[in-house]
Formats: sequence, structure tokens, C-alpha cells
Amino acid sequence: MKFSENWLRSWVNPGLTSDELGHVLTMAGLEVEDLVAVAPAFNNVVVACVLSVEKHPDADRLNVCQVDVGEDQPLTIVCGAPNVAAGVKVPCARIGAVLPGDFKIKQAKVRGIPSFGMLCSEKELGLMADSEAHGLWLLPEDAPTGTSLREYLDLDDRLFTLKLTPNRSDCSGMKGVAREVAALTGSEFKSITVDAKPVTLDEQLSVVIEDAEGCPLYCGRVLRGVNAAVPTPVWMVRRLERSGLRSINAVVDVTNYVMWEMGQPMHAFDLSALSGGISVRRARAGEALVLLNEQTVTLDEQTLVIADDARVLALAGIMGGEGSGVDLATRDVFLEAAFFHPDAMAGQARRFGLATDSSFRFERGVDFAATRSAMERATQLILDICGGQAGEISAVQGELPMRAPIVLRGARVARVLGVALDTAQISDVFNRLQFEFTTEGDTFCVTPPSFRFDLAIESDLIEEVARLYGYDNIPALSPHAALTMLPHSETQRPLARILQTLVARDYQEIVSYAFVEEQVERDLCGNDDPVVLQNPIASNMAVMRSSLLGGLVGALRFNLNRRQSRVRLFEVGACFARTPLLNPLPQAGEGASESLRERYVNEYVQTQRLSCIAYGSGLPEQWGAAAKSVDFYDVKADLEALFAPQVLRFVAAVHPALHPGRSAQIYCGDKLTGWIGELHPQWQQEYDMTQAAIWFEVELGALMQALVPRLGEISRFLPVRRDLAVLVDEAVAVQGLLDAMHQAEALHVHEIVLFDVYRGAGVEAGKKSLAFRVLLQDTQKTLTDAEIEPDMALLVGVLNKCGAQLRM
Amino acid sequence: MEQLQQILDQALTQFALISDETELEQVKARYLGRDGSLTALLKGLGKLSNEERPAAGARINQVKQSIEAALQQRREVLAQARLAKKLAAESLDVTLPGRGIGCGGLHPVTLTLARIEHLFHSLGFAVSAGPEIEHDFYNFTALNIPENHPARAMHDTFYIDPEHVLRTHTSPVQVRYMEDNPPPLKIISPGRVYRVDSDATHSPMFHQVEGLWVDEHVSFANLKGVVQDFLQRFFEQDDLQVRFRPSFFPFTEPSAEMDMSWRGGWLEIGGCGMVHPNVLKHVNIDSEKYLGFAFGLGVERLAMLRYGVNDLRQFYESDLRFLKQFN
Repeated sequence: MKFSENWLRSWVNPGLTSDELGHVLTMAGLEVEDLVAVAPAFNNVVVACVLSVEKHPDADRLNVCQVDVGEDQPLTIVCGAPNVAAGVKVPCARIGAVLPGDFKIKQAKVRGIPSFGMLCSEKELGLMADSEAHGLWLLPEDAPTGTSLREYLDLDDRLFTLKLTPNRSDCSGMKGVAREVAALTGSEFKSITVDAKPVTLDEQLSVVIEDAEGCPLYCGRVLRGVNAAVPTPVWMVRRLERSGLRSINAVVDVTNYVMWEMGQPMHAFDLSALSGGISVRRARAGEALVLLNEQTVTLDEQTLVIADDARVLALAGIMGGEGSGVDLATRDVFLEAAFFHPDAMAGQARRFGLATDSSFRFERGVDFAATRSAMERATQLILDICGGQAGEISAVQGELPMRAPIVLRGARVARVLGVALDTAQISDVFNRLQFEFTTEGDTFCVTPPSFRFDLAIESDLIEEVARLYGYDNIPALSPHAALTMLPHSETQRPLARILQTLVARDYQEIVSYAFVEEQVERDLCGNDDPVVLQNPIASNMAVMRSSLLGGLVGALRFNLNRRQSRVRLFEVGACFARTPLLNPLPQAGEGASESLRERYVNEYVQTQRLSCIAYGSGLPEQWGAAAKSVDFYDVKADLEALFAPQVLRFVAAVHPALHPGRSAQIYCGDKLTGWIGELHPQWQQEYDMTQAAIWFEVELGALMQALVPRLGEISRFLPVRRDLAVLVDEAVAVQGLLDAMHQAEALHVHEIVLFDVYRGAGVEAGKKSLAFRVLLQDTQKTLTDAEIEPDMALLVGVLNKCGAQLRM
Repeated sequence: MEQLQQILDQALTQFALISDETELEQVKARYLGRDGSLTALLKGLGKLSNEERPAAGARINQVKQSIEAALQQRREVLAQARLAKKLAAESLDVTLPGRGIGCGGLHPVTLTLARIEHLFHSLGFAVSAGPEIEHDFYNFTALNIPENHPARAMHDTFYIDPEHVLRTHTSPVQVRYMEDNPPPLKIISPGRVYRVDSDATHSPMFHQVEGLWVDEHVSFANLKGVVQDFLQRFFEQDDLQVRFRPSFFPFTEPSAEMDMSWRGGWLEIGGCGMVHPNVLKHVNIDSEKYLGFAFGLGVERLAMLRYGVNDLRQFYESDLRFLKQFN
């Protein structure tokens, strides 16, 4: 909502500066988003008439002008503008004037000829952007010579832009803002007087409302002999322009003016374009309408329209149609002022991709008690400006919104706000707001006014009380409450600790968008059915990620492109997938105890995951350590450290993003928890990576599980170490050997650790040598060789069964 | 006797000149060894008379002890010298950088969230989370924003399907938590939220922290108290000015926008208000008995102010040169 301060002050004029007024509005919930002067500061500039123009004797491009500034003698002024001519009215900065940019006008000789002022362009007065320099500012012929330009053009004005919240539609007109300012400041509210023009025309159009819920009130009237071609008065054009509205023709300008003044949107039809009577009805499926903006819309039964006997004329409360509007040739007008119900208007404009000044107001609520007076106001202005005669108003009224009384308890005000206000203070608020109310003790019964659509319950009134009392005047108090401790589970590992582990292992956290390119999902996740956004912001953010990999790869590439050679990143975030709805929705009304959760079931799988990627050398470049690229096992160690003491299992498996021989599924217990692997060489190449990136991703839920430690017995006897070295085929996975040995149930074996893998001299091709350290221990005694040997024999036995041969 | 004194003098002189430990032991043998001069004198005692022998023996032993003491002293000196030499040879350039793995860091949004959680935790707020693809009902309807309400237009919503949206705020978590937990309750709910908007000051994805306190005696004045306390602690500035300005949110009444003083002006930091009775009604909480306040804070905004970040988009670019400045 943009408007001129001077216009507002014609309604209410508190003794406040512009900035103070802005502050008052902002602190009352009408946030002033912008407050700018119409014109920059300058002075001593008057309307002047150029009397004569002669070429400068010593300069081709200069002219010597005699200029009338409203005094006895004309002034001699040298001027270089190409469009200077005898008879034009232009702004003249007189000697002593100060123009924007602290440009002082002094008497000067220009190429030998004394000049007593300067004729100005709009640019020199700071009213137009630089590039549009097109000579002197030519003022209207009737501009009064000698008058101060600021006064003539009403330039001592400022523009307010309010950021109106949806509940305050009452402030979408000057009248409403003024009423609010009066309530806030106690200044007098000077309502304009609307003189109803006498009805001199015996003509009415029939108006039928078919949808009385959507349109509880419709006023229409015939105006004849209206000359729409007369120019709109300057004062009105100026106010409209300062409200951000373009002047179109006198009749349309009046309807817009009344909308801005009273908050009541109006529409004017060209009477000659109408056939028969007016009906307010739902559109019929398939009906079409070409709007004033030349957009063609196809209508359906949800749409409320204004129609005549032949066709649809307008989208009710949103926009008129082409072909029935008022243009310069219009002589007879049908004027409309209606109240369309907010419930009927909600979302309608948006369905057609529209948002108009009219729909904005109707969606939020227009004062239905002022509709008729807006009609009279518009009639008055049109007849005054364009001439013509008015017919009787055809008004059809159905059931207007109720304004049920609301009970407000003084004690409740104190409880909600935390500050006790007495009855007089609350009464004062309601009086200032012009609310009708009665009191009984500290209880108020308030009937909201017709212009307020946001007052239905006690809390709404409490807000009004707080607003007028001033939020600033409510103290900031520490709460008093019973102290109880929060639960703190030790079986949930805190996320912060998990993150800290990764930080300590040299990973940098990133936050990436949860939406990715569809191609990324397909390529890297093999996901052909991602969760798709209906209205993505860009095609590369069109689907919800099912893995954090895409974001990490993107971030890795971003940094590689900026000459980073070692990149280790991680992210924690939700991943999304479609799943079929497992349980059918319960029927509405089925079971009284039905919870909201059951009714509004969320059918998307959303899991929090943690994902890491490492690229480049394993260690930061440093002395004394050979450069070595990070590999699968380096990152696997990071992963295992995260989960410790839980032991993970890894099963080789194929993933679309990963090297098929260097990727695995991660199991935590029996549960598949994630993936680890080296980025597929194909993607490495595609993404211009010279080295392999290693990545893992796990479900955060599994990672956060923890067990409360239970201390086991510590043996007082020393353990015995035996090493086992075996030869196996390359294809044999170590996990199988370890599993077999663990399952052998050797009596004293305490720990088995693989400590060496060897290929090369002494080991035939296609084989590898594995060395295990076996620790044996008993809690009761030191073990003897005789006790150890059966255990070792057992292990060797199961290793043999796995195809492993003991190395001698 | 003169001979004894001579041996002692000679030994002491010789020991002092020796700087090699092996040589010292060799020279020692010349006095105390099997063929040593002092050993020879001791052997000669047998030739003396019984009367002379004790005194002579005592004198020889005295010299022997002196030589041994001198010897031991010299050994220690030499050992010390040897150690000192060894240590000198082993000295490192202590200014060479340490070796090994480096250290990563957390994202500034995470750092900010951790601060926020810590501060509210100290007041007994629990942390609760909710889904990011949210049912329309929780994101809007349960928060008193009916379908087609103009307030929905304020939200620039991403739609997944007609019933599901990317949550536009963390407020739905309020509803979910109140469904599951009877009052009194006190939670914050941090997380990612989404709006169809993108420029230097708007991101299609950002973070909010929602706060909710429902109890029998909490008031707007308490809301002001808690939020002001939080902002002053967060910015570690006891005189930080906080301003509450009337505003509109369908799920709070009265509603307010919170501004904090910043470089001579005011900066919007979030929205808040007393929980709307309709919201409580949706979750079967008696709004006559219980009152609640709720607030929502923009995490990136707080991080930007705290750490001097000017362009919101930097948070999501994953530029290591940006991220590492928070390590």
C-alpha cells in the first residue's frame, strides 16, 4: 500500500514529523517498508515563462533568453538546452537557489553575457534518472508564472509504502489508514463529505445475484452523458501516480481513486457494450473471457463472474473484461461497487495467475457498510469531472457477514499480556478504535466494526489492546516455572559428538540444497522415480535428493575448480523417497479417538543421513610423509571410528555411482545402513577428477544408537600371542576367514586381528598371504602350551576348510 | 710416605687430564689394578712390623679412598659430558611443523544452531524435530491457515503434491509435539525450511529455530523476556536492544515481529506471539487453562550478524575458503 503523505494528512494531521509518523505506524503493526521524498531538496525554483530567445553572439549552442519569473522585469538567462523556445513554461532556478548535489546558482557571465539564473531540466532537479536528459522540463501552458515549483507541483510530499499484513485490509485505503492514525495519535479524523448527487435519470439496470454467498451486496448505477475523454484533474493524477497507479481515463481514474481513498474496489462498464441486465453468478464450465490485460481465461463453476444477458463481462472482484470497459469514446457508464465475500474470493485470482489491487482487497475483506457511500463518492467525482447524469442505485443485498459481539475479560488480558491494565485503559483503547462496546465489571462486550475482518475471538481483542497500549510498554519478564530436569538418554549418541569425530578426522561440514537435478538422481543413485517438486525454482533443483552424494560431488567439483587439491567434506541431512502408502487412510469420522497423525499420514520416507567424501592426498601436504592419495581403506577407518565400538560388516555390492570392484554395503548388525566405495571411473572422468573420490553414506539413526557400557572381567593373567600366516586365493574375502575363526568357538581365543597382507616374492601369483594375531587368555590361570595347542589346531582346521593353507 | 703423597698427586692430576672414559679406566688400573702402584704398596705391608703395619695400612687405605673418589667424580663428569654431547646431537628444529592429519570444521549454521540449542537448553527447552516434506495439514491448516487464506501467499510454498509441501517453517513441529506430549512443555525445533525465493537475501532453503512454551502461566511479557534474554546471550551483549512490533501470523495472537538494534537501525530477526487458541484446540489443549508462546528465528540471519557474512548464498556454496574460516 503506497500513498502520498500529504493525501493522508488531508484526512488526519498529527503533530508528528514524517519519520515520527512512520515510526508510529510501524510500531502499530503497519510496517512502513519505505518512506521517501517525492523530490530531493532544492529551493528558489519557480515557474517561468520564456519570453524571447536570441542566439548567443559568441556561442553557437547557447541562447540568450528573456524570462518572466512573475516580477516586473524579465530576467536575462543564458541557456544551452536545445528545446528552449519563446512561450514555453519551464522551471527557473533563481539566483541563490540550491539544487540537488549542493549546486548553488549564482550570477555569472556566460561567454561574456551576464545570466541571472538557470532554466532547469528534470534531471537537474533530481527528478529523473541521468540517462533521460532531453532538455528543459516543459511545464503545462497553464502553469502560473512566478509560483514556486515545489508548491505548484506539490513536491513537498513524501511517499509511504506500508507492508500490510493480511489481517489489516481495513488499511488498504486512505480512510482506513487515517482512522488508524487517529486512533494511535489521538488526532482528529477528518472524514470527507460525500454529497450524494441528485438522481436525474430514470434508468436502472436489473441486477440479479445468483450466488448470494459469494456476493452479499451489489450496487450498480447508470450514468449517462459522461465525457470520458476530459483530462483527469492534475491533483487526482498526482495522487494516483504517487500511489503507483497510472492514469488511464477520467472514469477509470475515478474508480481507482475511490478504491485508494475508501478501500472499495469499483468497476465501470461502458453501458453501450452491455445487453440486458446484470447477473452475479458462477461461470458455466467452458465459458471464456478476454480480460483487460488481453489474457484469455477459461472459466468453470468455481469462478464468480459479472455477466449480462449475452456474455461474461468480468471476473468478479478481480478484473474486468475487454470490450466492456470504459475508453475515451465512452459516454454512458454502468458503475459497480460490490462486496464479494473473502471466502469466495480466496485463491480465485491466483488460479488465473492474477493479483490485482481489487482482488487483494476483496480477498482480505472490504468494508461492506461503506459500499454505497463509495458509489456516491465515485458518482460525485465522475459527474464533477466528466459531466452527465446519474440514475438511481440498484442495490441487491443478501446476508452480510455477521459481527458477533466478543467478550473480553480484563483478567484474561492481564494473564495473556503479563501486565495488568485497568478498565479505563482498555475502554480507552476501544474508544480510540471506534469499537462499539459495553462493560460489566472488568468484562467487555465488543462488537467489531464492519471494516475489521480480523476480530472474532477474545485473543484478537487482546492484541488490539496490546497494540494500542504499545508493545514497547509491556515489560520483558523472566518466566517463573517449576524446575524439572530434561531426560538424557545414554543410548543415543549425541549428534554433536559424531560431528566432532569427523571434524577431528579432518572433514569439513557443508550444507547443500535438498533439491538436486533429476539427472544427478538418475546417474548417481539409479533413482528413476524421485520425489519431484511441482514448482521447482530451477531445473537443476527439480527433485528431492535420495542421497547426499549429489551435493557432496557438486561441492567437491566446486572446490576442485578453485584449485583445491585435497577436499574432505561431509553433510548431515534428510534424504527423500517415495514409498507406497502401507495402510489405507481411515474413513473420516471412523473412531472418536482417531489421531491427527493417522488422518494426515505422510507417505514420504525421510531419513536423516550422514555422508562423507574424501579426495586428494590422505594427509595434508607436509614434510616427512610421502604423498599418498586417500583410498578405500583410509575412509573405511574413518567410518569405523564413527561407529566404534559397534562393529560394522561390509558386503561387496554394486552401486551406480561406485567402482563395481570397490564398493560395499554397510551392515550394522543385521540392518543395511549405508554404502561405501570409490566413485566410478566413469563419473570421475565425467566430472574431470584426476583421482578417485571415496565416499560413504550411513543412516544417522543407526549411527546414533549406543549401548550403555557394562564392565567385563579383566584377567589378572597375561595373554599369550600366537601368529597365524596363511595363503589364500586372491578372491577370498578376509571377512569369511574371520567369521569362520570366530564361529569355531576356540576356548581361550580372546581376539583375532589381521595384521599383514602380503603379495610378492615367496607368494605365488593369484594368492595372498594373510597374517593374523591371535590373543589367548584365561581369567583363572596362565595358559600352558598344552592348553593353547588345541585352540590353535581348531583355528587352523577352520582356515583349511576355507581354502587357506598354513604358511610355514 | 712421600711416595704415597706422590702417587695421590699423580693420580689426581692424571684423572683430571683424561677426557675419554676408556682411557680413564686404563689409567685407574695403574693405581688400583692388580699391578697398580697402590696395590703394590698394600702388598708391601707384610714386610712391615706389627707395630708399623696398622698405621701404614690406614694411610694407604686413605689414599686409596681418595683416588677412588676422584675416579668416581671424574667418571661422572665424563658421563655427563657424553650425555650432553649426545643430547646436543639429537636436538630438533622445533619450529618444523607437526605431522599428521589436519582438522576439519563445522558449518557456521551448525555452530549457530549449537549455540542456540545450548542457550535454550539452559532454560530447560528440549529439542524436537519433524519431517521436511510436510502434510499440508500440519504446515498450514493446524496452524490456523485455512486453504486459500491470503497468509498462504506469504509463504511461497514448494509443492510435492496437492497434499504435501516442503515445510515453509518449523512451526508444524509445534503441532506434532503438542499432539504427543501433554503440557506443560517447552521445546525448540531447529531445522531446514523451504520457500520459493532466491537472491542475495533469500534462499530457497534455509534454517529456522522454532520455540514453544506452553504452561499455565506464561505471558507475552515472558515471551519478550525470553527472546530478549536469548538475543543478549547469543550476541554476548547485555545492552542489546530488542524491539517487538505488532504483526500477523495466523497461529499466534497477539503476534509480533522481533527486531534487534544493529548499527544504528533495527533488523528483523524473527516472528513470535502467543499461541492462537485454535492451534491449541487442534491438539486438544484447553486454552482456558494453558497459555503458550511461540517464536521463530532465522538461523542464517543470526549467523550472518554474528560472523559478518553478507551474502546468504555463501552458506550453501560449500567453498572451502569460506568454510575454513569458521574452524
